[in-house]
Amino acid sequence: MELVTPQIGLIFWMTLSFLIVLFILGKFAWKPIMKALKDRQESIEGSLLAADRAKEEMSQLVFSNEQLMKEAKDERDAMLRDARKIRDNIIGEAKTKAEEEANRIVETAKENIHFEKMAALTDLKNQIAILSIEIAEKIMKENLSTDDKQKELVTKLLNETHFN
Amino acid sequence: MKGYKHHISRLLFLIVLIFSCSILFAGEAESAKTNKEKPKGDSLNVGTMILEHIADAHEWHIMTIGTTEVTIPLPVILYDNGKISVFCSCQFNHGETAYQGYKIETEGENKGKIVRVLDDGTVDKTAALPLDLSITKNTMSIFICLLILCVIFISIARRYSRNPNKAPSGFQAMLEVLILFIRDDIVQPSIGKKYEKYMPYLLTLFFFIFFCNLLGLIPFFPGGANITGNIAITMVLAIFTFIITSFSAKKSYWVHLVNTPGVPWWLKLPIPIMPIVEIIGVITKPFVLMVRLFANITAGHIIVLGFIGLIFIFGKMNVGIGYGTSVVSVAFSVFMGLLELLVAFLQAYVFTLLSSLYFGMASEEHEHHVENHTNH
Repeated sequence: MELVTPQIGLIFWMTLSFLIVLFILGKFAWKPIMKALKDRQESIEGSLLAADRAKEEMSQLVFSNEQLMKEAKDERDAMLRDARKIRDNIIGEAKTKAEEEANRIVETAKENIHFEKMAALTDLKNQIAILSIEIAEKIMKENLSTDDKQKELVTKLLNETHFN
Repeated sequence: MKGYKHHISRLLFLIVLIFSCSILFAGEAESAKTNKEKPKGDSLNVGTMILEHIADAHEWHIMTIGTTEVTIPLPVILYDNGKISVFCSCQFNHGETAYQGYKIETEGENKGKIVRVLDDGTVDKTAALPLDLSITKNTMSIFICLLILCVIFISIARRYSRNPNKAPSGFQAMLEVLILFIRDDIVQPSIGKKYEKYMPYLLTLFFFIFFCNLLGLIPFFPGGANITGNIAITMVLAIFTFIITSFSAKKSYWVHLVNTPGVPWWLKLPIPIMPIVEIIGVITKPFVLMVRLFANITAGHIIVLGFIGLIFIFGKMNVGIGYGTSVVSVAFSVFMGLLELLVAFLQAYVFTLLSSLYFGMASEEHEHHVENHTNH
């Protein structure tokens, strides 16, 4: 019977000490432990989520990178195309300009040559005239050295000349 | 995971080692005791020996060497007729002498209790028993167990707050398995969302019962007391559970109690059969908690002591038979010890599980008509 009869003293001490320890452990042990466990759980969950998100972002980044690269390539191609066109234009323009210049130069040269030729011809004509006069003078001087000859010439000239 | 297993197996090994050694010690202590008792009664009463071992005492008997008993004296605190007297239990001289008008009764109904004595040394039969608030062996064991709890868990808590978000290590890792087991497999499923406010009590309850059970398995000084096999202690724990259940009960719980839904009206109206059954059920729950733990632990202790006692019963017939029996008895005791290790955990688990189930039932908001009538 003694075995199943609770003793007052034991009940008293048990209640008192258990409550005190419950309070102490609740405050200094269970609270920080449960909090730490919860925090850790949350941080693990958070990390896993963050990792997933990072993975997704990564794949998106790769995708957008590819897009960007493609765009850049396209842009480069377009630029190259434009540049080529501009170059061609410039070259063509330069060519026509050069041709025009050349033509102009040739034209002026031709003109110059013509002028020069004309001048030379005039000069030549004058020279020939002067020479002819000189020759004629010399011939005249020879032919009119005698009076007969002079008379003959005068007569001849008089004959040729028609008096009106 | 491997680390955890390693630690647990190491701990188990240690416990088994201590345990198997201590059985031998217990045997020696027993033999010493019986030797001493021989000249008195010359009869070996194993039953008395066992009951003495699982009962509480005012001094902590460690062993008897020859005729000198090695005990740890504990303080006696008595409240009698408005007067408090505090003295050392060594004044009783192991129950042989009276002190300040008190002595420990050695026979009869009040055996083991402190009673008043008359001037001539005989027990005062007319006087009421003094209120005994002594720090007895069991009280001391409770203090030791609670102290161990405090030391272990506060140091672990400090480790948690010192390395937040780190993996646990060592002893911390071992206990974390248990803490998480209690939280995720016992409390959360039985209480539900609002489980957190019950955690401190349930964790303290579980580890108190578990550690006390383990201490009870160690037969010498820091252990040896039959703490959780004492009805006063299991009663206090059961009452705590009962009080918390009642205070966390929602309206539906009380309605359920008085006016059980889903039952024919004639079971309630002229004679309130169902309310009576329900109220009996409410009282039965903590009562069963109390008896289950007490009976399991006490039974385990009695069986182990019984096996040890066998050695001396047979040893009295013939020394050879005694030695022969000792082999078998020790083997059985070791087996029982291992079984008790399992029971130590199991009873702590069951007590915690049922407590949290009761809390969960009481704090449930919505009504469930068909469940939990037959939980006990």
